[in-house]
Amino acid sequence: MQLAIFIIFGALALGGALNLLFQRHPINSALSLVVVMMSLAVLYWSLGAEFLAAAQVIVYSGAIMVLFVFVIMLLNAGEEQHTDGSRAAYTVGIPGAAAIFCLLSFVFLTERGALQTSNVGGDLGNGVDNIAAVSEILFTKQLLPFEVTSILILVAILGAVVLARKEQ
Amino acid sequence: MIHLTNFESFLLLSVLKVAVVLVITLTAVAYTVLLERKVIGHMQNRWGPSRVGPFGLLQPLVDGAKLFLKEDLMPLAVERPLFVLAPMIALGCALISIAVVPFGAITRVHGVDMFEIANVNIGLLVILGITSIGVYGIALSGWSSNNKYSLLGSLRSTAQVISYELALGLSLVGVVLRAQSLNLRTIVDSQSAHGMLSWNIFGGCQFVAFFIYLMAAYAETNRSPFDLPEAETELVAGYHTEYSSMKFAMFFMAEYANMITVSCVATLLFFGGASSPFGHLIPAMGGRVVQAILPVFWFVAKVFAFLFLYIWVRSTLPRFRYDQLMSFGWKFLLPLAMANIIVTSFILAMRG
Repeated sequence: MQLAIFIIFGALALGGALNLLFQRHPINSALSLVVVMMSLAVLYWSLGAEFLAAAQVIVYSGAIMVLFVFVIMLLNAGEEQHTDGSRAAYTVGIPGAAAIFCLLSFVFLTERGALQTSNVGGDLGNGVDNIAAVSEILFTKQLLPFEVTSILILVAILGAVVLARKEQ
Repeated sequence: MIHLTNFESFLLLSVLKVAVVLVITLTAVAYTVLLERKVIGHMQNRWGPSRVGPFGLLQPLVDGAKLFLKEDLMPLAVERPLFVLAPMIALGCALISIAVVPFGAITRVHGVDMFEIANVNIGLLVILGITSIGVYGIALSGWSSNNKYSLLGSLRSTAQVISYELALGLSLVGVVLRAQSLNLRTIVDSQSAHGMLSWNIFGGCQFVAFFIYLMAAYAETNRSPFDLPEAETELVAGYHTEYSSMKFAMFFMAEYANMITVSCVATLLFFGGASSPFGHLIPAMGGRVVQAILPVFWFVAKVFAFLFLYIWVRSTLPRFRYDQLMSFGWKFLLPLAMANIIVTSFILAMRG
């Protein structure tokens, strides 16, 4: 059953990603991205990372993508014009994407021993509780990166405030 | 009797649980509408619905039949797929979150807990996540209707829900710190030591968090005094202006189902869930069946009290202005919630 969940949501994520590319209307693309993110959240959960899954849904699908949809609605963006595409996309983009795909699969396949095999969906049956472990690592070993990230976000907030402030 | 394997009995009992909870929730939704009309009627010195059945008790059935039989209008300029999808998202998200709510004491039949559909170890986050997905229902309905009032209503609603979600989430952190878990069952158990005195709102000193939660939850469910998304004096009916028949009914049901979910969460987090307010003062009476049903009774009583409060507030307070709403959320509730987290964690650190 766990394998079935993995296959269903993996297919859903792939289908959503393809739909994101092929849809003409920006709001349909945005909604496909939401589907991709939700499916990824289910996959995370099936790998035992339940906190990551919840954060993915709350932060990405529930906040960031809502803002995307919000902006599309406000701008009232119409359907995109489909062009033949720029030449750069064909000459650089497609080979580049293929190269990255080949490189990643090569690395994953050769380093299979070091990466270890994960039990697909095996963590769904016996519930794990790893929030305490995640937070302990986050606030002890990874404290510096964590704080630096928070400062980065703070800078972004300040930038937004400066941009939004009215000219006196 | 046929012998079932563990998996089969689990499957059968789970399907049964889902069906029963769904039916009870939908009935509760219908009768909350009636309760609201009756209570507001009495508060405004009139009778409310009183013609259909004794005391108007059959009114929800008639309303349901009316909405079913009405013509399903589909305006020409709407974005069809999203227009149809939006009410489904709204109602689906409203109903799914009830799945992680434990509404009774642990009662196992064939190893399956009968009074909770799914005991998830991040139950609280699941509820928050599903609530945040529910925004899409309102956002898409407003946009796909191709109507300026709908769009304005849905924009207001989206902005309001995103803003108040922060205060809502932060107000729950104090409770999570006390229980040291996100599992709703564990959070309830952490308040069950001395009856009413160990509830988070009294013994846990989380009353500030409770009031933040209550106000943020009213805004999240788009209820008065934060019902700007459907402010009928300025926006016709807000995001569901173009909807009719069952699609309108789905939005309506979603609103009331959300009210029930929010009341359930408030009960679980601050009022000890299904535990009795008297703790062990009253000796255990009756057989196993009574002992299983009594906690459900307490739970329902607490949820009912919250629903009544919802209605009471609606008939008492006037609507906020939009800038007041935003500054209230960002400048008052959010800092207060943060201060509550700091004080709570400080006290917990001093004690432990």
